[in-house]
Amino acid sequence: MRVTLTVNDEARVADDVWPGESLLSMLRERLGLTGSKNACEQGECGSCSIYLDDTLVCSCLVAAGQAEGHRVRTVEGLTDGDGDAVKAAFVEAGAVQCGFCTPGLVVSTHALLDRDADPTDPDIREALAGNLCRCTGYEKILDAVRLAAERRRA
Amino acid sequence: MTTTALDTPVFLRPTTLAEALAAKAAHPDAAPITGGTDIMVELNFDVRRPAVLLDLSEVAELRTWERDGDRVRVGAAVTYTRIVHELADELPGLALAARTVGSPQIRNRGTVGGNLGAASPAGDCHPPLLATGADVEVAGVRGTRLVPVAEFFTGVKRTALAADELVTAVLVPRKRGPQQFAKIGTRNAMVIAVCSFALALDTSARTVGTGIGSAGPTPLRAPQAQELAAAELPWESRDDIDVRLATRFGELVAAAARPIDDVRGTAAYRRLALAVLARRCLRWAWQEYRCA
Repeated sequence: MRVTLTVNDEARVADDVWPGESLLSMLRERLGLTGSKNACEQGECGSCSIYLDDTLVCSCLVAAGQAEGHRVRTVEGLTDGDGDAVKAAFVEAGAVQCGFCTPGLVVSTHALLDRDADPTDPDIREALAGNLCRCTGYEKILDAVRLAAERRRA
Repeated sequence: MTTTALDTPVFLRPTTLAEALAAKAAHPDAAPITGGTDIMVELNFDVRRPAVLLDLSEVAELRTWERDGDRVRVGAAVTYTRIVHELADELPGLALAARTVGSPQIRNRGTVGGNLGAASPAGDCHPPLLATGADVEVAGVRGTRLVPVAEFFTGVKRTALAADELVTAVLVPRKRGPQQFAKIGTRNAMVIAVCSFALALDTSARTVGTGIGSAGPTPLRAPQAQELAAAELPWESRDDIDVRLATRFGELVAAAARPIDDVRGTAAYRRLALAVLARRCLRWAWQEYRCA
């Protein structure tokens, strides 16, 4: 089937989409957007986190056809000042080890700071509870979120 | 849309409830999908290939909630995130349970209707719905009916839904007293309950509702524990709760469970943990009543 949607402010069309296919698979395999990572395929790890309209979701748990007519924003599309600031904070804080979880964490952090400019540590832990880092570099990730929040408030 | 290769599902996308019900009647084997948090896992791992996927996420009627007398009618496609943000005052038990589901990403997509439709014995919404005495609204082209939630679950992942019916809403009594929910898992996020317990006090009727999760083939109530607490709680004096009453309540809840040993825990552990959760929930709720 054909899916028509807006991805990172661009009108896109994906053809030959298998009706049981995930939005993650469509983004990666048909639209060439490989920033969202494919790891657990069951919503456990958060490495495929994206915005569907304005909501943070695991793209592996959205059927591609459910995105028909909707807006999607992936890590590639987070090029506004806030998105760049989150990415820079991850680099500067040393929050990137193997890097596989990083795109999902960047999107989840962006979503957190969008609704809460000054999150407490428990707020940050709660907001990132659905994003796993198997290098277990969580302390630096928390540093990165605090740094991004601080810069955004400045 | 009528013919399809054996392994290629048809994707149906109704935009009204009437269209959705007509589609379910025409395709009784259709798998409804809204948040996708259960069914997409099955599709991703190829453990299930439904012939028809019925996407309910564009049906506006399912995405609303409204007050209906002394109850709140929560549409089947209202997400956990919205329950937490919009219904915590009126439906505190359900909101507490919704708060423990998955992660922000999962709560942004997952729905009460999906939880009911999947009918996992471990579904987090089920204990508070049992404790408050909610009704499940199910509809089909033949009409709409209400099923008391205790009668909705007929077995492991089996429900009272007919093949041509969809869950359209759940009618939950508005708060009539303190409510609590507690759940055991290996971490705070992203866990399927090892066991869970919900409690709802009705301080006007002086009754106590219970719901046990993940400790039986279906979510269960603990009728003897309910009767004991209703009869022996010091409703009038609001005295501190007797420790023997709280302990006995916990024991009766544990006795009402029908747990098994599985990958998440043993039956013995579940009974032990349920006795503790039930005792704690009763004390927390009673403390709230005393301080009200």
